[in-house]
Amino acid sequence: MKKQAINARTYGVKPWYDPRVRSLVYQTLAIALVFWGGWVLVENTLSNMASRGISTGFGFLDETAGFGIIMHLVPYDATMSYGRTFWVGLANTLLVSCMGVIAATVLGFIIGVARLSSNWLIAKLALVYIEVIRNIPLLLQIFFWYFAVLSNLPSPRQSADLGSALFINNRGLYLPQPVPQEGFGLFIAGVVLAVFAVVWVAKWARKRQLATGERFPMVKVALAILVTVPFVAYVIAGDPLGWDVPALKGFNFKGGITVIPELAALWIALSLYTASFIAEIVRSGILSVSKGQTEAANALGLPNRLTLRLVVIPQSLRVIIPPLTSQYLNLVKNSSLATAIGYPDLVAVFMGTTLNQTGQAVEVVAMTMAVYLTISLLISLLMNLYNRAVAIKER
Amino acid sequence: MRKAKSIALGVALALGATVASGVMAATTLENVMEKGRLQCGVTTGLPGFSQPDEKGNWTGIDVDTCRAMAAAIFGDPKAVDFTPLTAKERFTALQSGEIDVLSRNTTWTLTRDVSLGLNFAGVNYYDGQGFLVSKDIGVNDAAELDGATVCIQAGTTTELNLADYFRAKSMEFKPIVFDTSEQTVQGFAAGRCDVLTSDRSQLAALRSKLADPSSAKILPNTISKEPLGPVVRQGDDQWFNIVKWVLSVQINAEELGVTSSNADDMLKSDNPSIQRLLGTDGDMGAKLGLPADFGYKVVSLVGNYGEIYDRNVGPDTPLGLDRGINALWNDGGILYAPPVR
Repeated sequence: MKKQAINARTYGVKPWYDPRVRSLVYQTLAIALVFWGGWVLVENTLSNMASRGISTGFGFLDETAGFGIIMHLVPYDATMSYGRTFWVGLANTLLVSCMGVIAATVLGFIIGVARLSSNWLIAKLALVYIEVIRNIPLLLQIFFWYFAVLSNLPSPRQSADLGSALFINNRGLYLPQPVPQEGFGLFIAGVVLAVFAVVWVAKWARKRQLATGERFPMVKVALAILVTVPFVAYVIAGDPLGWDVPALKGFNFKGGITVIPELAALWIALSLYTASFIAEIVRSGILSVSKGQTEAANALGLPNRLTLRLVVIPQSLRVIIPPLTSQYLNLVKNSSLATAIGYPDLVAVFMGTTLNQTGQAVEVVAMTMAVYLTISLLISLLMNLYNRAVAIKER
Repeated sequence: MRKAKSIALGVALALGATVASGVMAATTLENVMEKGRLQCGVTTGLPGFSQPDEKGNWTGIDVDTCRAMAAAIFGDPKAVDFTPLTAKERFTALQSGEIDVLSRNTTWTLTRDVSLGLNFAGVNYYDGQGFLVSKDIGVNDAAELDGATVCIQAGTTTELNLADYFRAKSMEFKPIVFDTSEQTVQGFAAGRCDVLTSDRSQLAALRSKLADPSSAKILPNTISKEPLGPVVRQGDDQWFNIVKWVLSVQINAEELGVTSSNADDMLKSDNPSIQRLLGTDGDMGAKLGLPADFGYKVVSLVGNYGEIYDRNVGPDTPLGLDRGINALWNDGGILYAPPVR
């Protein structure tokens, strides 16, 4: 390319025969065309909506919403604005997505490894799980958990309880809420201290292993530190945590933390469904590591657990990460099925009620699409960064 | 060079597209006449208002409003295709032109009338929001509902009225929002919520869907005004007038005592109001762009308002609703149609 360009200039070729100039012109034209196309679409939509008397603009975001939302992580009541309903919905979408990604990953890895177990029963159980769950539509599974399982729990007055602090009924799971009191800072300090201690010990143990080859029971020690230090701090501070225990008042339990069945059903269904796909991805990743690697590790006398952790999984991650990213993206997008069972996610609240009350479909749908696009791109970005970290380093 | 040509072609196409999309479309009446069918947006299934039977025949007040229009336009009440819509979908379907008229127990409010590019053509049922509760919880008045969990349909005015009502009484509630009214009943039956709220006419219908209808009761409170009626797109006054006047013809017919069974005899009537209504005198049809006998077709093929009410939601139907405020103005109600003249 560069050589050509020099040649072209040297031999005094006309600019319109210069490939560099021509490609630049074409690309500028193409970009201009795309922008112009986008502008025409927006302009056309706006003028058509104006001629039909449909309100446009984002002014509606400041108007009072006037409807209730059952679950909100950010403060909300009916006197707040439509803009606030957007954040309420977004927070609920992110909550169920994060919970789903974590649970699906853990479950998927366990089942994927179990699928390859030399124990016949475990391997077949994992196989059955994968084949059953991934072949049933997700919406049906959500309905199953919501209408067939959680709706059949007892009514509030016949709640199942555990130690009269934790209650389960068909309105949700009621947990006591911790209320920090005076001296709670000491407990926090204890936790921080414990974490620092663990990091320091881990560094020391690693250094020692590299120098002497002697191994250190890191997991046990870390657990011991993490439990003991905060506990001691807790006792010294004199029990600085109060509990807001839910109690039956009127129609329902009040106080404490409520996990609504809509959230539970959606979370369970999303996690189980995505886990079945992740399990297959994990299996393919593990199988992609040549058997010679495992055999070599065994020959060195590494136990199976360590072979898996130190030899197989790090190599299989290179195969696992890209399709795993797709599964995370699917999970986030599938969370919009929430609207089917009334979980107040972004689609149900913002693209449902808010859209309907304001009638500003174009703006609301555009905002919602932009949000899903942003979340998906962020996940892609993070997973690509991680992928780069675990990819084979060509040296 | 070929590339440059194709770009030029692309530019021309895009420009052409913009020009074409700016051209005014034909009127709704012309479109409907050309199709030979009326496309009518209804509910996904609400007894008494719009509900398909096992053969796929739609019945209900809202359905008959559309059938009356088809009778007026084509002289055939069956020339209607129904599009079932959820509350969330209805306005978009009308705005986008997917349906010609929305007749889906839709409440007439200022915001909807003004900012959605739509026009409400009248009222075919005066309703109000009420509460359905299970008898177990021992509540007799809506004021006792503090802290209750409420099942509700998404995208309805009831969602807003509910929040207003509880706020005005400084009571708390937890809304469970479902997409369709069937799901709200399912949630209510499963005990997910203590209360189901909707328009009172719907509550009767929804209660009849419960396994044991006598286990639930409708509270006496009415917390809102819900005038329900057909909706059309803004910007086509002729179509707007047709919907408005077909509705008025039905109400006037009841007032004048013209029914589907006596319409043929009434053609010989010498009452000038009846003559104008049935098209034996004057050119009311032509003024609307309809056949001269459109009123006769509406009444003889579909019936007057009273007949429609009685066969769909009246005391002899499963809904068993009294006329109440939906009676004629000279009969204790508030139905008052402008005269056909």
